[in-house]
Amino acid sequence: MKVLVPVKRVIDYNVKVRVKADGSGVDLANVKMSMNPFDEIAVEAAIRLKESGAASEIVVVSVGVKQAQETLRTALAMGADRAILVLAADDVHSDIEPLAVAKILAKVVADEAPGLVIAGKQAIDNDMNATGQMLAALLGWGQATFASDVAIADGKATVTREVDGGLQTISVALPAIITADLRLNEPRYASLPNIMKAKKKPLEEKTAADYGVDVTPRLSVVKTAEPAGRSAGIKVASVDELVAKLKDAGAI
Amino acid sequence: MAVLLIAEVTGADLALDATAKALSAAKAMGPVTVLVAGAGIAGAAAAAAALDGVTKVLAADDAAYAHGLAEPLADLVVGLAGGFSHIVAPSTASAKNALPRIAALLDVMVLSDVTGVVDADTFERPIYAGNAIQTVKSSDPVKVMTIRTASFEAAGADGSAPVEATASAGDKGLSAWVEDKVAASDRPELTSAKIVVSGGRGVGSEADFALIAGLADKLGAAVGASRAAVDSGFAPNDWQVGQTGKVVAPDLYIACGISGAIQHLAGMKDSKIIVAINKDEEAPIFQVADYGLVADLFDAVPALTQKI
Ligand SMILES: Cc1cc2nc3c(=O)[nH]c(=O)nc-3n(C[C@H](O)[C@H](O)[C@H](O)COP(=O)(O)OP(=O)(O)OC[C@H]3O[C@@H](n4cnc5c(N)ncnc54)[C@H](O)[C@@H]3O)c2cc1C
Repeated sequence: MKVLVPVKRVIDYNVKVRVKADGSGVDLANVKMSMNPFDEIAVEAAIRLKESGAASEIVVVSVGVKQAQETLRTALAMGADRAILVLAADDVHSDIEPLAVAKILAKVVADEAPGLVIAGKQAIDNDMNATGQMLAALLGWGQATFASDVAIADGKATVTREVDGGLQTISVALPAIITADLRLNEPRYASLPNIMKAKKKPLEEKTAADYGVDVTPRLSVVKTAEPAGRSAGIKVASVDELVAKLKDAGAI
Repeated sequence: MAVLLIAEVTGADLALDATAKALSAAKAMGPVTVLVAGAGIAGAAAAAAALDGVTKVLAADDAAYAHGLAEPLADLVVGLAGGFSHIVAPSTASAKNALPRIAALLDVMVLSDVTGVVDADTFERPIYAGNAIQTVKSSDPVKVMTIRTASFEAAGADGSAPVEATASAGDKGLSAWVEDKVAASDRPELTSAKIVVSGGRGVGSEADFALIAGLADKLGAAVGASRAAVDSGFAPNDWQVGQTGKVVAPDLYIACGISGAIQHLAGMKDSKIIVAINKDEEAPIFQVADYGLVADLFDAVPALTQKI
């Protein structure tokens, strides 16, 4: 079974985000970029399926700017077999909307015919939590989102999902889309030899136009602003003082 | 302009708080029809009909909707979508699962976690773990969105809208429910509690989380946790507060042994009063805390529990 894993290049989760002075968005020039953490978990899940014999090939895909090559190379160094870069923007500040990404991915799926797609549940830049579900819709496939455990057998995936009240287990007929939550696994680091080897793995370049997908956004940004700030209050010296302050404030 | 609000149903019951908060946001967009989908949901439909300002309740009572599977729910909503300009749901795990699917089937974008309604086409939502608030204008014919419940007050319950049964759209069987592991609790729900007491990695073990729970129970509070506490197995996943967990805005949030990573702050920084108990005076949580206590939580939390 072939497994397809979409990966996104995003601001590194440790970087302090700065809103651009003109309100057009967040400043991404010269900041550290990394693979979206949830996508690392998705890549790791695919590698483990390959290691267990449930998967035979892992194809990683990124939709975005040329620099997303680096993200794909990281996935190849972790253990993916080949990569497809779909160029859809020139400016690092343009975020391709989940709907357009899903449309492109649906075309890639039509070409590649994977038995399973594993995506991250959410990108930590636009925080949309949408691409996997949208892709499932466009393909008419089943979906198992927010996965914390995945088992593949008999043409089905049995997936435990993190939901509001606890955990839910469902089974989805393959092919299907799974989206990875934080506790699915702990992604490995790529070793230096594997980073070297990844440079020789195939990376194919396409464009959104090759797939005939219009990536014009449906949502236009009116403005981007800093959230209302919160300033530090006071330090209390003891539990008694804390209790007194909370009583004064009517909080308890 | 007409709004279809998808009610949050837990088991067969209406999740009143989440639905009533999303209703407040929905009412700003037009007259609201509420869809209640589930199995044996007559009571839930009646509860939705009692919410203030609801025009009509559509009740889809079918086993296909019993477990909130996204595929049958999406097919149902798409079948009902004609005539609605907005399709709205509270930002719960089940809505985050289904709404993007619905949006894609309608060939429109989804707006996740809306925190403000500017006008019928323009909405505010947080991005980058709440480090920026973006105002976006949708050019789609139908706006499909989830509403961040912590940003809206709950609508009242003095209404009496008519309830109409709506036909099931069936189940194509793409996915099937196997089991739920949901812990029953007498504590208030995390997302609607007036007080939340949260523990982090500093709590150190599942057994010691009893200290956090003890303080919570004394205060009638819900219990929350950081990702590190959940990852370490100290607390269940549904207690996680943050960018990728639950977003809460209680009157009082007490963070114990939590450093205050940006991803955690994303889920609690709109709380009215924040208390931090941490032994490291440099911990970033103190930068957002109204009252900070530099102390070992193993001393401070039991003392606090005893003194209030
Ligand atoms: C993609 C992604 C998503 C994430 N989503 C979330 C999320 O939704 N929610 C979330 O919380 N995190 C999230 N995180 C993780 C986040 O970055 C932090 O790692 C996490 O919040 C840290 O948890 P913590 O504060 O409990 O642990 P730590 O950062 O290890 O802090 C522990 C604190 O406890 C204090 N302490 C230790 N012992 C004691 C004691 N005896 N008494 C008092 N204080 C003590 C220490 O001084 C320290 O400040 C996410 C990360 C990523 C990459």
